[in-house]
This record gives sequence, structure tokens and C-alpha cells, in this order.
Amino acid sequence: MTTGAEKSSLKGTRHSRSLKVVFIFALGTSALAGNISTSNLLNAMIKIDNLTKYYGPTLAVDSVSFEITRSQVVGFLGPNGAGKTTTMRMVTCYLKPTAGTASVAGYDILDSPLEVRRRLGYLPENCPLYNEMNVVEYLHYIAELHQVPKSERTRKVKEMIGIVRLGDVVYKDIGELSRGYRQRVGLAQAMVHDPDILILDEPTNGLDPNQIIEMRQLIKEIGREKTILISTHIMQEVTATCGRVLIISDGRLVAQGSPDELISQAQGKEAATISLKGNEEDIYAGLREARFIEGFKKKGSEDEGEWLTLEVQSTSGDIREQLFRLAVEKNWSLRELRTERISLEEVFARITTS
Amino acid sequence: MMKNVLAIARKEFKEYFGSPMAYIFITVFLLLVNFFYVWFFFIQGQAEMRSFFGPLPYLFLFMIPAVTMRLWAEERKIGTLEVLMTLPVQEKEIVLGKFLASLALLTVMLALTFNVPLLVSALGDPDGGTIICGYLGSLLMGASFLAIGLFASALSGNQIVAFILGIAICAAMLIVGEAYFLLFIPDILVPFFNYLGLGTHFESIGRGIIDTRDIVYYLSVIGVFLYLNLVIVENRSWV
Repeated sequence: MTTGAEKSSLKGTRHSRSLKVVFIFALGTSALAGNISTSNLLNAMIKIDNLTKYYGPTLAVDSVSFEITRSQVVGFLGPNGAGKTTTMRMVTCYLKPTAGTASVAGYDILDSPLEVRRRLGYLPENCPLYNEMNVVEYLHYIAELHQVPKSERTRKVKEMIGIVRLGDVVYKDIGELSRGYRQRVGLAQAMVHDPDILILDEPTNGLDPNQIIEMRQLIKEIGREKTILISTHIMQEVTATCGRVLIISDGRLVAQGSPDELISQAQGKEAATISLKGNEEDIYAGLREARFIEGFKKKGSEDEGEWLTLEVQSTSGDIREQLFRLAVEKNWSLRELRTERISLEEVFARITTS
Repeated sequence: MMKNVLAIARKEFKEYFGSPMAYIFITVFLLLVNFFYVWFFFIQGQAEMRSFFGPLPYLFLFMIPAVTMRLWAEERKIGTLEVLMTLPVQEKEIVLGKFLASLALLTVMLALTFNVPLLVSALGDPDGGTIICGYLGSLLMGASFLAIGLFASALSGNQIVAFILGIAICAAMLIVGEAYFLLFIPDILVPFFNYLGLGTHFESIGRGIIDTRDIVYYLSVIGVFLYLNLVIVENRSWV
């Protein structure tokens, strides 16, 4: 535990003194609790703790807690109305939570909202923009409000235009731009002050398939250096761009992990699909006896009941070879044998509809 | 802080002129103002500007809420308020910035009426001091209307509603001090309501004496409505 190095990294921030006090306190409690790794406290770029929001009687966000560390691209996945936008609005200090707290790069959203916003780039849903301004004007304006020094502004704006490839439409009024260009302007606006953290609410919403691929590519590139939180209800987006997924449904965080982790968790033990010909009772008996089979389910029959299609659950691992041998042993004809890997769509559906 | 206020004010001011809006306002305002003045000019036969300043409160009543109606309502509607308010900018900076922009537009509108005092000076020998006071009073009164209109805009996401609310509140504050309203008020309360009227202090300044009471009144009205505006924005219930 390199206390000295960690402490010195806090120097130079306006809240360094109060932050140091908090840090020492946190060290103490974590030493006692022994649960929280102290290195995480500093690496956590976004830390959300039991964030809750009520709109009148409606519970929109229900005690959501998670942590996002440096240089992760995290997908916030959930059906419409799940609470993704509301959570993001709380993290960006646009909305005050009913309960709970959050911190961004160490700054609390309630105590230091200005510091939080300085370190964030935010692109709201549907990418709202000022239609009467042209692209350059707008980016300069946002850069100005982000206190990007005047001498740097032109350079940074040019840089942004290069990164999101807006070169062709630079002097056009934003109102004249197509959806794809608008989203890119929105992305540029979020990055112009070079924040460490980007929060993007449905950044590919409304784009055509080509534009979607471009946008995802862009996000992936940017994600190499920055911490990005994207929200979406499209599965492919998550598997294409994110290393980590947070699934939210009805205001609650119901699952988190990498896409592979979530899939294997939900899949549980491996299942195989097999198509056999033989006496039905015989087949059932044979399958029940086999020790490598946990259970099976008839999925259907073809060719007037001659061929039986079954889904077979294994006790562990891939049982296709064992199933083959069993079929040979029992003299059943075999014409199809495959494993099904469930998709993230199905994981999502199972989790969010249960 | 001033940097942000000025940046926002500059952008809003430019935005007025980016669409036909500002040009239409200014043209209509100048047409009406000059129309009323000229109407009475020859009848009056005096080198003074009372019939210029006279209708002004009522002109402001209808025109100024139209100037301010879009300031909050439009941003709320198209969602840019969400961008603006997640920037490292304080709410009070946004309120002040928008107010200053509309004030700048008002100043431009008033400045463009310089043809009237020029005309009067060319034809006669008017009291310069009274005219200057008249313009000062117009500016202060106009700024009060602006603060009220801005507040009304923050109350709604719809520009038309903002406009109507703005007129309603401005009208209320104007009419309470007017003679035709005071007729119905019991004598004891007359001075009280008289003081509250936006028009009363304007007339008072227009007589040529800059009374601190009038200035304090206008600054208070502006202050109160800007503060109320800030409260509405800080407790954004539209999110």
C-alpha cells in the first residue's frame, strides 16, 4: 500500500485537503472492514453508491451501485424506461438524487458538481444542439464554457473536427446537418475539453447501419484512452464496443460483468441439441441412465415421429462426444448434434423479464 | 464567473440576430413607437417627447414578453438545457447571461429611436435633461419587464405559454399603479399600490428628476424576478 505516492497524487486539486481527510478516513474504515481494496478508491473514475431517484411516487432508479475504473468502456444495458438516462443525469449533476451518492474522479456529485462536470463529457439522448449556430461556432462556445484557454481553443476544436471527421461540414449550420453528422458534433462537443470520462446516452440512436458501425469504431478508439459509459438497448452495441456490461431493469442493477461472463453465467451448464431415431421410451431410459447427463427435454419430432429432437443438459462440459458414443452403443441413428450458445439477447431477455 | 456570463450573453445575443426574430422585433417596435409619436406630434405642437414615452409601458407590455419567451422555453423544449447545465457553469451565470443578452437587445431597440429626439431638437428646443431621464426610465422599466418575462419563460416549456404568462405578470404589475385601477382601491391602500406599479416610477423619472426611490424600485423588481428565476432553475422540476 503506497500511501505516500497515493497522497501526493492528490496534491494540486482544490479540494485536496478535504479529500485527504476523506482518504485517511476511508483507509481506516477499509482497514477495519478489510473488504474494500484501497487502490480501488483512487482508480474508480465513477463510483455510484445506492443511487435512488423517485419521480413523485414512481421509483425510477432503485439503489443502484457500481464502480467504473480507468479506461473501461462500460455498457449500460436495459430496456427503455429502465432508468439508464435518469442514472446518467444524476452522475452528470443534472438531476439531484433522492437518496444515495456518487462520485466522479473522487469528486462528490452533491458537494462539488462543478468539479464533476469539468471532468466529464456528456452527450444526452437525442443529441440536443443549437440549430442556428454553425459547427465551428458551437464547438468554440462549448470549449469556452469548459474554460478551455483561448489560446488552445482553436487547436482543440480542429482536433475534434479531425477525430470525428466533420471536416466537410465545418461551416454549415447545425440545423442543416443530417442525423449522423449531428451525433458526431455531439460527440465532439463532449470531448473538446479532453475529459477523462465520457458519458454517452444512446450515441447510435437513429443512425443508419453504416453510421452505426462508424460511431462504434470511433467509440472503441476513444475508449483506449478514456473511460466511457454508454447506454443502449441494443445488444450488438454492447458486444461490439464494451468490455463490461451493467444490465439495468426497472431501476435496479440486475447483472454486471463482461459479455462473456454474463453469457456463461446465464448459460450455466452446457447444453447440446441432438436428433435421434429410435424407440422413444428406449431413448429416454438410456439418457436417464447416462451419468454425464443432468437432464433432457424433448424439443420436437420430425418425419412423422421417426426422429426425436432433444435438448440435453450436461453435468459439466461439452458432452457431444459422449452423446455420440452413447448413440452408437444403443444403436440409435444420429443425424444432428450441436451445442447452443445462448446469445446476449437471451441473457438480457431472461434477466429483464423475470 | 463574469467570463461565463459574458460568453452566454454573447451567444444569446447573436442568436437573436441569427434568425429574423430580432429584426422583426426591432422593426415593429420602431414602427409603433414612431407611429404613436407622430400621431400626436402636430396636435401637441410642443417640442417634447411625452407622447413618445407615454405609450412605452404598454408597448413593452406586449413586446418584451415576446423577446424573452424563447430564452428558457426553447432550450427546455429542444433539450439543450441539459447540455448547458451539465457544463461547469453555475445556474446563476446562465440566468444573468440570458438577462444581459435581452437587455442588450432592448438597448439596441431604444438606441435606434434616436431619430425622434433628433427630429424634436431640429424643430424646436426641447429640454435635453428630461429626454435623457426619459430614456433612463425606459431602460430601467424595460429591464424590469425583461426580468419578469425571463422568469415567465422559465416557468414553461412552451413559448406561447411563456409569452402569455409574461404578459399576465407584467400587466398585473403595470396596472396596479395606474389611475384607472386605483379608482377602485380604498384610499388608505392607494399609495401602496401606486408604488408597486411599473408605470408610476417611469412617469416619475420622466418628469426629469432622478429619484433614488424609483431607481431602488426598479432594481428591486429586477433583483426579485432574477432571483425567482434562479430558484426555478435550481429546482428544475421539468427533469
